[in-house]
Amino acid sequence: MPSLKDLKNRISSVKSTQKITKAMQMVAAAKLKRAQDSATAARPYAQRMASVLANLSASAGAGGPKLLTGTGSDQTHLVIVMTAERGLAGGFNSYTVKLAKQTISDLLAEGKTVKLVTIGKKGREQLARDYSNLFLAHVDLSGVKGGDYTESALAVGLGLTRRFDAGEFDVATLIYSQFKNVLSQVPVAQQLIPAAAPADAETVELSGSIYRYEPSESDILATLLPRYINTQILSAMLESAAGFYASQMTAMDNATRNAGDMIDRLSLQYNRARQAQITKELIEIISGAEAL
Amino acid sequence: MADKLHFSLVSPAKELFSGDVDHVIAPGTDGEFGVLVNHAPFMTTLRNGVVRVLEGDHVKMRIFVRGGFADVTPAGLTILAEEARVLEDVKLDEVQAEMEATLLKIQSLDKDSSERATLQAHFDYLESLKAALVH
Repeated sequence: MPSLKDLKNRISSVKSTQKITKAMQMVAAAKLKRAQDSATAARPYAQRMASVLANLSASAGAGGPKLLTGTGSDQTHLVIVMTAERGLAGGFNSYTVKLAKQTISDLLAEGKTVKLVTIGKKGREQLARDYSNLFLAHVDLSGVKGGDYTESALAVGLGLTRRFDAGEFDVATLIYSQFKNVLSQVPVAQQLIPAAAPADAETVELSGSIYRYEPSESDILATLLPRYINTQILSAMLESAAGFYASQMTAMDNATRNAGDMIDRLSLQYNRARQAQITKELIEIISGAEAL
Repeated sequence: MADKLHFSLVSPAKELFSGDVDHVIAPGTDGEFGVLVNHAPFMTTLRNGVVRVLEGDHVKMRIFVRGGFADVTPAGLTILAEEARVLEDVKLDEVQAEMEATLLKIQSLDKDSSERATLQAHFDYLESLKAALVH
């Protein structure tokens, strides 16, 4: 049986934990709003880009650049895992890592060579246990200020196309957490290289007229593709950030509620113990008086 | 007015303009071009420069873009810019200050680092932005 003082200490410690989780929840909610806004704001660009690419690749056919058609082999896979820099967000990082591990072990079972790039500290920590020999690079996002991922996405994209041009891999897959809504974030695996326009991208009905390109079609494709990849990475980063804050908000909300329950339980226990002690003291006094 | 061109300009950060206009003049890599309604399907890359949105004969809006694509379809004109700013909202002294800061950063870096190339591109962009402003 814990003493009254122990209980009092525990209650006050749970109370301060609750204050912290409450504050974290509120911070996450505020940041979620901003992250969600920028994810939504970035969507029109990504969509238009996808439909432009769909138009172009439909007319380019098989003679397109390698970024579009692939190297003709799929022996070496590059898996990019995007997670958050920080934890305390429920299962957010673990779900993404789980999908990554699944993908990697499937690829390894098929006898492919797998290389690994991680974005975000948490994913690297969790993957380092099993796959530290596959690591190629790690991208740190902790320096990103105010949710502006443009430069980081550009750096990742450039690095990716450079490695591809150097023949370091054949297929690149990005694993990240897609932001569905505040309550659900779904980890998805998306193929970046060879670049494929999403099936649902709207293509334009040209009604028989012919597209004119200036400069040539292949020049446009050559500039468009790296940018398309950068855009995909950027929107993945924005979605991942929004998902992280949403997940953190939910997790901290749960933690706050849990702390509240715990405080109630502990207070009950404390009050019982206090009453028991009073009763005990009374009995002692009364029996002392009776003995006289 | 039924015959209007649907024009939208988007940058990775946001959609800067979307609406129906009469005429848009944009800086293509192979030369400046104008787009009116019912233009033939056409696609080009853009260089740094000013996109002008015209309503009748009068310039309604000027947007400075850094690189990107213009895509003309029967549905309208879409410009995908790497970076875009509405010229009216840009202050000359801010651009000047940013240019100086970028230049300092460039000088502090190694000759062949990739960051330097990115910064140099940014500097060129600022320089052309300044030129467009002074005009």
